[in-house]
Amino acid sequence: MSTEATVILDGVGIKRALTRIAHEILERNKGVTDLVLVGIRTGGIHLASELASRLEEIEGVKIPLGSVDITLYRDDIKTQAAHLPVGKTEIPFSTEGKRVVLVDDVLFTGRTIRAAMDAMMDHGRPQCIQLAVLIDRGHRELPIRADFVGRNVPTSRKENIQVRFDSGDHPVEVFLEKN
Amino acid sequence: MNIFIKGGHVIDPSQNLDEKLDILVADGKIKEMGKKLTAPKDAEVIDAKGLLVTPGLIDMHVHLRDPGLEYKEDIVTGTRAAAAGGFTSVACMPNTKPVNDNKAVASYIIAKAKAEGLVNVFPVGAITQGSKGENLAEMGDLKEAGCVAVSDDGKPVSNPELMRRALEYAKGMEIILISHSEDLGLAADGQMNDGFTATELGLKGIPWVAEDAATARDVFLAEFTNSPIHIAHVSTKGAVQIIRDAKARGVKVTCETAPHYFTLTEDAVRGYETNAKMNPPLRTAEDVKAIKEGLSDGTIDAVATDHAPHHLDEKDVEYTLASNGIIGLETSLPLSLALVADKNLTLPQLVQKMSCNPARILGIDRGALAQGAVADITLIDPEAEWVVEADKLESKSKNSPFLGMKMKGRAAYTIVGGKVVYKNV
Amino acid sequence: MVFKHKDILGLQDLTAEEIELLLNTADNMKEISKREIKKVPTLRGKTVVNLFFEPSTRTRTSFEIAAKRLSADTLNISASTSAVQKGETLSDTARNIEAMKPDIIVMRHAISGSHHYLAKRVSYSVINAGDGAHEHPSQGLLDMMTMREKLGTLKGLKVAIVGDITHSRVARSNIYGLTKMGARVFLAGPPTLIPPGVERLGNVTVCSRMRDAVEDADVVMMLRIQLERQGKTLLPTMREYSRFFGLSQDLVKLAKPGVLVMHPGPMNRGVEICSDVADGADSVILEQVENGVAVRMSMLYHVSGGGPTE
Repeated sequence: MSTEATVILDGVGIKRALTRIAHEILERNKGVTDLVLVGIRTGGIHLASELASRLEEIEGVKIPLGSVDITLYRDDIKTQAAHLPVGKTEIPFSTEGKRVVLVDDVLFTGRTIRAAMDAMMDHGRPQCIQLAVLIDRGHRELPIRADFVGRNVPTSRKENIQVRFDSGDHPVEVFLEKN
Repeated sequence: MNIFIKGGHVIDPSQNLDEKLDILVADGKIKEMGKKLTAPKDAEVIDAKGLLVTPGLIDMHVHLRDPGLEYKEDIVTGTRAAAAGGFTSVACMPNTKPVNDNKAVASYIIAKAKAEGLVNVFPVGAITQGSKGENLAEMGDLKEAGCVAVSDDGKPVSNPELMRRALEYAKGMEIILISHSEDLGLAADGQMNDGFTATELGLKGIPWVAEDAATARDVFLAEFTNSPIHIAHVSTKGAVQIIRDAKARGVKVTCETAPHYFTLTEDAVRGYETNAKMNPPLRTAEDVKAIKEGLSDGTIDAVATDHAPHHLDEKDVEYTLASNGIIGLETSLPLSLALVADKNLTLPQLVQKMSCNPARILGIDRGALAQGAVADITLIDPEAEWVVEADKLESKSKNSPFLGMKMKGRAAYTIVGGKVVYKNV
Repeated sequence: MVFKHKDILGLQDLTAEEIELLLNTADNMKEISKREIKKVPTLRGKTVVNLFFEPSTRTRTSFEIAAKRLSADTLNISASTSAVQKGETLSDTARNIEAMKPDIIVMRHAISGSHHYLAKRVSYSVINAGDGAHEHPSQGLLDMMTMREKLGTLKGLKVAIVGDITHSRVARSNIYGLTKMGARVFLAGPPTLIPPGVERLGNVTVCSRMRDAVEDADVVMMLRIQLERQGKTLLPTMREYSRFFGLSQDLVKLAKPGVLVMHPGPMNRGVEICSDVADGADSVILEQVENGVAVRMSMLYHVSGGGPTE
């Protein structure tokens, strides 16, 4: 099977998108009060960390940053031939009453986000949960939408979108594979 | 009905026979043996070309479980298994329910075997009443009733004074004593051979010294009382050496081993295999080697199976709860023939250990192919290859560690008293 | 790397990679027990039966909590081995339980190999919570998890295990696991309690004197001496045992600085371990208990993969 990869967003494009999202987050939340970022393992963690540094640059305040692994909350757990390895969930702060921004790289069916929201609820009761994604490729299977989107990319179900990170976990490009 | 066995390779070391001969059987006896005999018109002719013709095989150590434990085996199924294994005679151990420690039980066994059995059954009576190791059993009576030996097999006679007296008494009654030589104190609660595999499986071991120490004691007692003794199911290197030394200094000791002791090692227990659980337990490769050497140099006189049938419910349980013992009648011949293939024994030596010697030790009028002798004859196809399958075994129980294994060699005809009781051609 | 076994019967059956996977998952699951809501929905709708034929509080409750934190339904059945010997066979018990459609059975049994027996006959997953003197894999894993957490790695560690090795399933599981993960095991105990050939179970050295095992050790693991088990033929008195094979502060000083003192519990204070050592700075006995829950969650999670067995 031959795959054809097209870059749909380069490094500069990603940076611009993240900067815009950072501003939108601040605007929507009227600053950084009670704001926390939680990246979804693993791509979302890298992007959350990028967003955190931008927010710090803009506001001069360090934003609490956590990560969530959704393996144990997956809805396909019963159909897995063997259970997937479990990653670390690190939320080294209370989310009680916080404005949580979940960060993921690609928004697709919405199932990952459902799992991540359930995981967040088990850590405490936040004031609200918002969602930031670099790419929204459509095909939602649950009533979920992102609050902050880097770019909307219409795709077919057969296509695959991936964000590539460098060895320092910085996003390099987003490419689309046609199978 | 006369039988004419034509052109078989006749092997009988007791008669110095190892050649191609014809045998004519008439009226239950061997009428004539010779080269190129003519078959009488009314005789059933067996073409024995390519077959070995031996005096009927004798298994001097089996458990027929009858009376009392017929759910495991009975005289009918047990002798059927014997016939299928090429045995024309078996000596059955007394650990039945009730124990064969009196004339009544012995007579029952003999009568039932005569009426319904396929092969000769020679009962072994108990050494002590109830095999409890407390009071001597009526050995004189037992002998008169037809018992060919006494033994408390399954249990040792632990009290050395009692063992001494048992040897003396048996000698006087002219009945051989078969000893289950085991030091129960050393073997206490053991589940398998004491050693690395037991350590790995977390099972309590039965050390070789439990067998060696008891064998040494029994051999010394035989020497002291100047009585004959037969040591059952020898499984250790040390026991072989003890018996070898005793024979060298003139002690009247004979002994037997079982096919599993020269075929399998303690490794067979891995996976908590209950069909590899027996007493004495399967030992190490070193012991297997010593058993083969003992067979080869004549220290070990006989191969006996210790055929010990157990119901599936007694074996299909957690390892520690499983009963000791395996069936052996139907696999003994091929496993023993493997010793010939591996050059541990010659064919005549094998016949000696599976027929002539057991007959001599038990003092029974069998184990020889001679004119006028009872026509107990086994015809063996040494090349036949087959696989041990539970549903094809004649024994009522299927507790064999050899299930699924490929065998070479089997009985083609088993002839008891001039009658073909089993045929597989 | 995924876990493909239906059962966990012992660490002897697992590869180093599988052990590492179980430990990594346990590390990552430890956080769940620290949350406000100590529960994930992973094993929702699964039934875990704890079938204990030997009394146990620690292991049974630990498995029960582990199952509950994964949202499984749990059921405890206690039976004494003697009752089973008299009446119902293990095979019948197992079939009866099977009729209730459990997904995982966690069993402890006094007879070595019972789990192998069970696992061959049932479709559900079997986790060994201790079989006779054979294996106790969850204890081995939690011990290794604790060592790895405190010392960073298992590779190259010198681990002393002291006491009744013959009757110890904990010792066997640790020997298998530690050897596979690159550690060295040094055993010490009275010769009557060291089983034959134990050196061949793994990277094992048997020491006749306790101080040889403890010297420069990274970990000293004391085994419970079971007063009811040793009888009179194996040991003269507990007093003498304690003198020669008890862990005192003086002996601890021979080990590496920062040595971990471990014990699978329950402890006989003043017999195999002095109270000041058990409660001392080097003791990680309570961490062992904490990690026990995480390790058991990991085991339950990984054996439950693959849905119902075909």
